Amino acid sequence: MGVVPAIETRELCKRFGAVQANDRISLSVEQGSVHGIVGENGAGKSTLLKMLFGFYQPNSGDLLVNGEKLKLDSPSDAMAAGIAMVHQHFMLVEPFTVLENIILGAEGQPMLDHAMSDAKAKLIGLEQQFGFDLPLDTEVSKLSVGERQRVEILKALFRGADILILDEPTAVLTPQECDQLFDLIGLLKSRGKTVLFVTHKLHEIMAITDDVTVIRAGKVVLRTTTKDTSPDALAEAMVGAKINRAVERAGVDHGAPRLRVEAISAKSDHGYQALKDVSFELYDGEVLGVAGVAGNGQTELLEALAGLRQVSAGVVHLAGEHVNSPQKLTDPIALRRAGLAHVAEDRLKAGVVASMTATENAILGYQREKDFCENGLLKLGAISETANRYFESQDVRPRDSSLPVASFSGGNQQKLVIAREIARDPQTLIIGQPTRGVDIGAVTKIHDQITELRNAGKAVLVVSADLDELMAISDRILVMCEGEITGIVPINEADECSLGLMMAGAAPSDERQGSGA
Amino acid sequence: MSAPTKMPGAVEAVLMPFLNILVALLVSGFVVWSLGEDPFFALSLLIEGAFGYEEAIGYTFYYATNFIFTGLAVSVAFHAGHFNIGGEGQAMLGGLGLTLAVFWLGNTAPLLSVLIAILGAAVFGAGWALIPAWLQAYRGSHIVITTIMFNFIASALLAYLLVGPLQRPGGQMPESSDFPDGVGLMQFHEVLAAFGVNFEQSPLNVSFLIALLAALAVWFMLTRTRFGYEMRVAGKNVHAAAYAGVSVPRVTVIALMMSGALAGMMGLNELLGEQLRLIGNFTLGYGFVGIAVAFMGRNHPLGIVLAAILFGVLYQGGAELAFEMPNITRDLIVVIQGLVILFAGAMPHLLRRPVAGLFARLRVKGAA
Repeated sequence: MGVVPAIETRELCKRFGAVQANDRISLSVEQGSVHGIVGENGAGKSTLLKMLFGFYQPNSGDLLVNGEKLKLDSPSDAMAAGIAMVHQHFMLVEPFTVLENIILGAEGQPMLDHAMSDAKAKLIGLEQQFGFDLPLDTEVSKLSVGERQRVEILKALFRGADILILDEPTAVLTPQECDQLFDLIGLLKSRGKTVLFVTHKLHEIMAITDDVTVIRAGKVVLRTTTKDTSPDALAEAMVGAKINRAVERAGVDHGAPRLRVEAISAKSDHGYQALKDVSFELYDGEVLGVAGVAGNGQTELLEALAGLRQVSAGVVHLAGEHVNSPQKLTDPIALRRAGLAHVAEDRLKAGVVASMTATENAILGYQREKDFCENGLLKLGAISETANRYFESQDVRPRDSSLPVASFSGGNQQKLVIAREIARDPQTLIIGQPTRGVDIGAVTKIHDQITELRNAGKAVLVVSADLDELMAISDRILVMCEGEITGIVPINEADECSLGLMMAGAAPSDERQGSGA
Repeated sequence: MSAPTKMPGAVEAVLMPFLNILVALLVSGFVVWSLGEDPFFALSLLIEGAFGYEEAIGYTFYYATNFIFTGLAVSVAFHAGHFNIGGEGQAMLGGLGLTLAVFWLGNTAPLLSVLIAILGAAVFGAGWALIPAWLQAYRGSHIVITTIMFNFIASALLAYLLVGPLQRPGGQMPESSDFPDGVGLMQFHEVLAAFGVNFEQSPLNVSFLIALLAALAVWFMLTRTRFGYEMRVAGKNVHAAAYAGVSVPRVTVIALMMSGALAGMMGLNELLGEQLRLIGNFTLGYGFVGIAVAFMGRNHPLGIVLAAILFGVLYQGGAELAFEMPNITRDLIVVIQGLVILFAGAMPHLLRRPVAGLFARLRVKGAA
């Protein structure tokens, strides 16, 4: 056992046009091990995964599965070779039951009744073997995120996968759900399955992997057994230089609250109660982090603050002015003029128009300001100068504002958005997912910028799914679960465990709520 | 999707449509050949028929004028993210508005009558688009369905009026009385004659110039005005539009009314420029051809003008071809038009990958 690697790549190369996404990647994953792959966004991790799973075909190099040289032309080839992938975004049909989802595409026979009963028998065996307790006849829409992930894993096992690729599996989980996942990975390993674990969170690598491969700029830069390395060494390999994360902080000046949210409730697009009786205050000179598992009302909160969603009860006050209530909704243009800038949490969905040029995107939301528009006509010269100024000040690359925004990397798109939103020196900033899809070099810069704004006396609210990020930049952390605030914790009293409990809706152990207000 | 599809702008704008048309002609040539005719001779007849003599040129641009208006109409709606396939009905109503204005004002001040008639065409076309637009913007009814239905309603309305209140007294045809003397748009041969230039008579009239002005105005609106900017944002990403404080329903209604006004102005060419009376179904499907024109012109006003001229060539040259070659019927001309629409309009990306791949390889070689 263990002599032949489960997956081996030899000098695997993949090029897109002039970009060498993977450059001679050699990787060896032992059978029955947990192998971690780390790298910044854009380092080439997903390209590698997509080649292992048959989405992309390498330009050169070999791929060996269990010692056998294979050419994977499609995901079904990969599946036939025993490789399964659990995507970051689950590939499940929500109104279908767990059982229906699992047999989807693997029914094996035209009559569903037989397929279902055969599958059920097999699944019950698998559930026992791997300690699952998923309700097979429940609709996936009723399951939690952690449970949905286990459905994906069970689906892979059902199809006979021996090698599981988990792509950033913890990004959407609470700390408690992460622990459950790690237990499951341990069990899979003990049953002889091989797990490829992709993440950018180093403590997870340290916690559960046997070996680790670090990828930077399309190349393997470090290959080691986990017990012989440290998070610092991995971080250095990942980024290429020592990173200094200590940021100076000025003290918080508690004057009148800049933003006062009073008992607001709001419905989501799907009509359910997304915000329930939410109250808090945001002061000048502080960063208030909003934590929570995605989909617990943070999106609707951002929209309510940004004038995009009218509340069904309660009031939002901006600098004492009443801006959102069931009677009145101040529109985003007026809010921007009142000094509120908004960095949308889903950049490509709302923050930019991907197919329009960077220049055109540089005025999005400010298209009616006098500098850019007079008597209904655009001032193209001024607009293009502004875009170029943003490119310089934020070091957006490539330096060509006539390109469509879609052709920039996530980090450069975000730099452009941030440049646009801070250009008018707003007093209040609400920022959703400041570093989602942004490479680690730009992450540091964005965090520093948020801290600088805070130190300059601005009121900043940051919603993020990344707890580490919030711990690094916030003065207080507000936790949301199912549309309610489950705790507001000053940073010096915050620890991941208690925040995790609050994110899962468990009541805070001691009386921390309301501190700082 | 992930394949390299970036090409130099000139290639994108000029070479690709040209290649697509070439493929369409190749396939058409094969069809002609299989009917026992010489495809090269057929092509020469087509071009001769479209450009060979002054009258032919006149007809080619006369047809092109219709396509510029209807193509622009489709493209304006498309930039706002909507598929207005009601150009046909909006053009009919435009013709009605024009006719009502002409009969209302008479020929006491012909120039004023004509100006008001142009306005009437635009206003009625816009008005006919308003109801589907409002339903789309504020009630979520799908504009494709409602504009199709409105085409039928427009056709029925015109049919009713032209065998009823608007029918020529004592006439049997579904058409109105002639417009009062002197109310109409000058034809080109008249304009040129005024400068002492002889040009054969054809229906080509000054609405061609109005169509070019409309194309320029659409280009200016899209690229230079705040409304055009907000409209394109709303058309590409409604969430980003809301984020930027743009009222998407308002933009939808205005854009579709502009679209309807442009379609409505097609009546200038047909009625005020040539027929000098309202006739039932004068739109002859030009509203639908506008969809193909807009697609082929990549929704760019200049592209639309060029595509409209191409369709003018196919209409006029095709008619000559059907007349000259016994084995080639009118139906076959429709087939050829269909092939051009198919390759250049509906499948503009057919040759994209190979050509883009070729350019990527050239670039890599150049860089090496």
